[in-house]
Amino acid sequence: MASLSEEVLLVVKKVRQRKQDGTLYLMAERIAWGPEGKDRFTVSHPYSDIRCQKISPDGKAKVQLQLVLHTGESTTFHFANESTALKDREAAKELLQQLLPKFKKKANKELEEKNRMLQEDPVLFQLYKDLVVSQVISAEEFWANRLGGLNNSEPAPYSNKQEVGISGAFLADIRPQTDGCNGLRYNLTTDIIESIFRTYPAVKQKYSENVPHSLTEKEFWTRFFQSHYFHRDRINTGTQDIFSECAKQDEKGLMSLVNKGVKNPLVDLLSLEDKTLDEGYGIKQALPSTSNTNKTVKESSNAAIIKRFNHHSAMVLAAGSRKNEVPADQASETSSTDGNSRDSDFFQPPVKKVKLQEAIEYEDLQRESKRKTVALNLKKSDRYAHGPVPLQSQKYTTSQDIINAVNCIQHEMAHYKPNLTQVMSSTAASSAIAALSPGGVLMQGGAQQAINQMVPSDIQGELKHLYVAAGELLRHFWSCFPVNTSFLEDKVIKMKSNLERFQMTKLSPFKEKLQRQYLGTNLTGHLEEMLQTAYSKFHIWQTRRMMRKT
Amino acid sequence: MKLNIEGLLVYFPYDYIYPEQYSYMLELKRTLDAKGHGVLEMPSGTGKTISLLSLIVAYQKAFPLDVTKLIYCSRTVPEIEKVVEELRKLMEFYAKETGEVNNFLALALSSRKNLCIHPEVSSLRFGKEVDGKCHSLTASYIRAQRHSNPDQPVCRFYEEFDAVGRQVPLPAGIYNLDDLKDFGRRKGWCPYYLARYSILHANIVVYSYHYLLDPKIADLVSKELAKKSVVVFDEAHNIDNVCIDSMSVNITRRTLDRCQSNVETLQHTIQKIKDTDAAKLREEYRRLVEGLKEANVARETDVYLANPVLPDEILQEAVPGSIRTAEHFLGFLRRFLEYLKSRLRVHHVVQESAPQFLKDIFEKVCIDRKPLRFCAERLQSLLRTLEIADIADFSAVTLISNFATLVSTYSLGFTIIIEPFDDRTPTIANPVLHFSCMDPSIAIKPVFQRFQSVVITSGTLSPLDIYPKILDFRPVTMASFTMTLARTCLCPLIVGRGNDQVALSSKFETREDFAVIRNYGNLLLEMSAIVPDGIVAFFTSYVYMENIVASWYEQGILENIQRNKLIFIETQDAAETSMALEKYQEACENGRGAILLSVARGKVSEGIDFVHHFGRAVIMFGVPYVYTQSRILKARLEYLRDQFQIRENDFLTFDAMRHAAQCVGRAIRGKTDYGLMIFADKRYARADKRGKLPRWIQEHISDGSLNLTVDETVQLSKHFLRQMAQPFRQVKPPDRRRVSLRVTSPRLLSLCRRTSWVCLC
Repeated sequence: MASLSEEVLLVVKKVRQRKQDGTLYLMAERIAWGPEGKDRFTVSHPYSDIRCQKISPDGKAKVQLQLVLHTGESTTFHFANESTALKDREAAKELLQQLLPKFKKKANKELEEKNRMLQEDPVLFQLYKDLVVSQVISAEEFWANRLGGLNNSEPAPYSNKQEVGISGAFLADIRPQTDGCNGLRYNLTTDIIESIFRTYPAVKQKYSENVPHSLTEKEFWTRFFQSHYFHRDRINTGTQDIFSECAKQDEKGLMSLVNKGVKNPLVDLLSLEDKTLDEGYGIKQALPSTSNTNKTVKESSNAAIIKRFNHHSAMVLAAGSRKNEVPADQASETSSTDGNSRDSDFFQPPVKKVKLQEAIEYEDLQRESKRKTVALNLKKSDRYAHGPVPLQSQKYTTSQDIINAVNCIQHEMAHYKPNLTQVMSSTAASSAIAALSPGGVLMQGGAQQAINQMVPSDIQGELKHLYVAAGELLRHFWSCFPVNTSFLEDKVIKMKSNLERFQMTKLSPFKEKLQRQYLGTNLTGHLEEMLQTAYSKFHIWQTRRMMRKT
Repeated sequence: MKLNIEGLLVYFPYDYIYPEQYSYMLELKRTLDAKGHGVLEMPSGTGKTISLLSLIVAYQKAFPLDVTKLIYCSRTVPEIEKVVEELRKLMEFYAKETGEVNNFLALALSSRKNLCIHPEVSSLRFGKEVDGKCHSLTASYIRAQRHSNPDQPVCRFYEEFDAVGRQVPLPAGIYNLDDLKDFGRRKGWCPYYLARYSILHANIVVYSYHYLLDPKIADLVSKELAKKSVVVFDEAHNIDNVCIDSMSVNITRRTLDRCQSNVETLQHTIQKIKDTDAAKLREEYRRLVEGLKEANVARETDVYLANPVLPDEILQEAVPGSIRTAEHFLGFLRRFLEYLKSRLRVHHVVQESAPQFLKDIFEKVCIDRKPLRFCAERLQSLLRTLEIADIADFSAVTLISNFATLVSTYSLGFTIIIEPFDDRTPTIANPVLHFSCMDPSIAIKPVFQRFQSVVITSGTLSPLDIYPKILDFRPVTMASFTMTLARTCLCPLIVGRGNDQVALSSKFETREDFAVIRNYGNLLLEMSAIVPDGIVAFFTSYVYMENIVASWYEQGILENIQRNKLIFIETQDAAETSMALEKYQEACENGRGAILLSVARGKVSEGIDFVHHFGRAVIMFGVPYVYTQSRILKARLEYLRDQFQIRENDFLTFDAMRHAAQCVGRAIRGKTDYGLMIFADKRYARADKRGKLPRWIQEHISDGSLNLTVDETVQLSKHFLRQMAQPFRQVKPPDRRRVSLRVTSPRLLSLCRRTSWVCLC
């Protein structure tokens, strides 16, 4: 198994697994362990199979690392090198921490993609059932060229996947737990860390500034949780705190958000009132400016909480839509820079107009409007009306001609005056009517009974599935030609046997079924013909190969 | 469609009409016919504005001599703009149906801040700055100075308007604020002055309350509006407070200090003028001797709207001799100022009536009542004579003189309270003299007297009879319309208990109780899990909200709520709250869902609608009683009891319930909308509270939903939301209640018109 080409990222010796000493290898795509003295791995997990890793608490005697797989199994490694056990474990953990998320996403993404494709495409799903579930071909073979094709040929519709937003309560999810001896433990996951970074860019900046040169990661987060920044209800006093700067930055961000004002004039409380009372008038006691100083500590801490919640929610919201926002922002910037700051008036009315119109609309009082349809935009309506007809020598009628003709007929009909002297005889007329009535001579369009009326619909369905499955297999088969590599050789042989198996397990029972129901056997004739063609091709290829070999 | 409202052909710009709109028009027409005043309540979202406009415009067209003008007053700028847009829609419909070119002039008027197009002035952020700057560019003497000094900056838009704008009236059409600005830009005229000038001949004017109710502004803007106008106060549930606010004055030490410096400046200016241009002062003196005859004549001939600050009696007299010369007047002001200063040096709370105050001032500094009454007028005259550039600087002295005039004019309806310190901070001396109006009818009286029909309307005016009482007028029609619904799209629930049976209430004794706070938190948490999109929660006061939020934070409730929705909280800073509001809407839009914690009586509760998914549930935590310990409120309650026989408790409950109704009504803005209304206080279940909610809400409170626990509420809400989430079918099967009526054929319509029936076919 151990191919030499694999890059080994980390080797840790003296790692026990199931009471057996051995060596742990972390490679580019998998983690493996081999017992001492042997050069094969008894344990090997691709990273994509691993759901998470767990480590034993710091105080414990055994230094362990546990890997939990998606299947639910788990593998425990015991780092047994007495002097460096902890360090070894940390190194392995760190590396895994970096590697796992990458593969996790990839694995999930692939699975999701497959799942989605199967759900969206019922035909594909049926095919999957026919071929994979009944084990005609393996799942990998089935997906082999499908996924690749999808990923390469049309990545556009799938690549702009909606980004997952941030949970509003991610900070709440970090539940502090008491560890029994007067301390608190916070459990951080990579998700939470990412959420924190995305929501509070200032923290991310601090992180990249300080970790790892001046602080370790652990110290950084410890400080974070100890800081006033995290517990915003306390008044921000400590200046030595590295996060006090973040708080200031946040404050600034909030201020700039506030100063930017709101785009929707209907929610702008500042311009809501038309005339405010002058200072000194009115019943409401205007709080004098001294109110800030005589605010109690509690009051201002309450105000801080409120501010914090507003800011937090705004940031979470912004983090969720940051990507889409960029073009919008640019648009608004360009439009506001082309006038003076105040002359954003020119830009504002449309929003305002729309909002006002929305506000005064009574849709249930209006006549129900017809459903909006998309207008067909034809560059050449003739092409649409006639289809790609080979231009022959015969006269080509344009739609204008047709319209003219119709108009002409309409005109004639409108001015129709029966010429009572020259009419058809009554017998001729009645025979013409009879001929044009349903069942008449001229109305026999569908004399031959269509096949869809002869065969019951379940058989039809089955036949359809068979066609699709056979088509898929044949596609695989024919795609092997010309056979110029050994891989293709293998494949073509395998496909041949697949085809045979298909004929044995699917087609023949169906044929028998048809016979039992006394239906025309010619239904499967075409399928068999196709298979036969494939077989003969295979034979030709095989005999040629034999000849070449001999 | 066309309607026949008791013989009046009304064009209505929709194909269907709600029955309540029809009844509303009917009542409105009767009010106009009787040339009297009316009080009409109709739920928000039932097309009140468009019904009102349709009828009055039709009335104006039919009887152009009886009703010459519609003055539509609303509260906020967006509301004003909405009204104009609806009007535009109506007029377009008229044009389409009748094929006539519209000959109506309708326009919105707003403050300079919203109308100014001068590049420098309009870039100022605050209304007051804009006003001040504008005044410094357009005042008459500034422009006069320009003749001698061409460098004097003036506003070219105003100059242009002044030169040509008045000759050609604004062409007929519908002008919203932006349209006015566009027009102004095109012509190079000042839109603000153009609008102010044009309201005199416009058919429809839409502006804010203050232009009619605040005497300081009304005197400038609305004085000359025609008597045969119909005045509509929309969203009028708070009109009494607007009236009171415009007539009340607060004087602090700072005001007095600034006033002092104002007086000094005046002194200097007078001295300067005396040296250079004594003739000007002599001219003023002559004018004052001749008296205020002009204004008196104008008012008697019904040209002017009366100004309550300038009572009728003083117009017949000349300014008393003791304050006629500028120096004497300044001396007078100084004495008055010293007196006020001495009054502010109290150590205990003083409450007295206006006559007591006058008696005291006469005894202490020998100031008579009569000159006091002329104070405001005299100051105006002086400021004009002295050619003061920036009036805004003299706001303090203007305030004091207004106070002097008011206190000496009205012996009833006002109270004076001097508080040496704020109740919350008894150690810090911060004396304030509150001169507060307790009678809203004083400010609104001129409006009722002058205009032939005044209509007070809103979504929440219950109980109806209290408004005529406190505003002191006799309406000819009073009606409350309910909302006909194809589906019960509102679901009022009264939550009285927590799951642990603790009674939920915000009343003073239990509001700090942890059990109540926790249960409130649970309610919000549970609702956040089941209600889609937006939830708006209202608290009774800002302080209460802060405390609850802090305690929810400590208990970890907010964190749990955050798992379901984002949280946004109203703050006392308007800009910050606007930002929070916008983010809230964004979160509702993108499907994440959010909760807005807000305050009853706050700006959000008064001006922001939460249509559709912006508010699927409103939770009212507690009953929003006004802070009852305030002395001003106590004085007002006393006054109401003595003058109008309104019991204190009745008024307090009425006030609380109208605010509660306003808050919960924010979520339902139409029949296609739906929302939960959760009243989280057991006191709502009592008949005296419930009975004061608007009819359209009351109707849907069943006896079974009077005292629910949190769990029961969640169950009922789930059920309601599931039902409402079904698509709302537009086409109603015939067995259902008809909700919209439609006139099909013109023949039928004419038939109906002949028989004076309305078409309901």
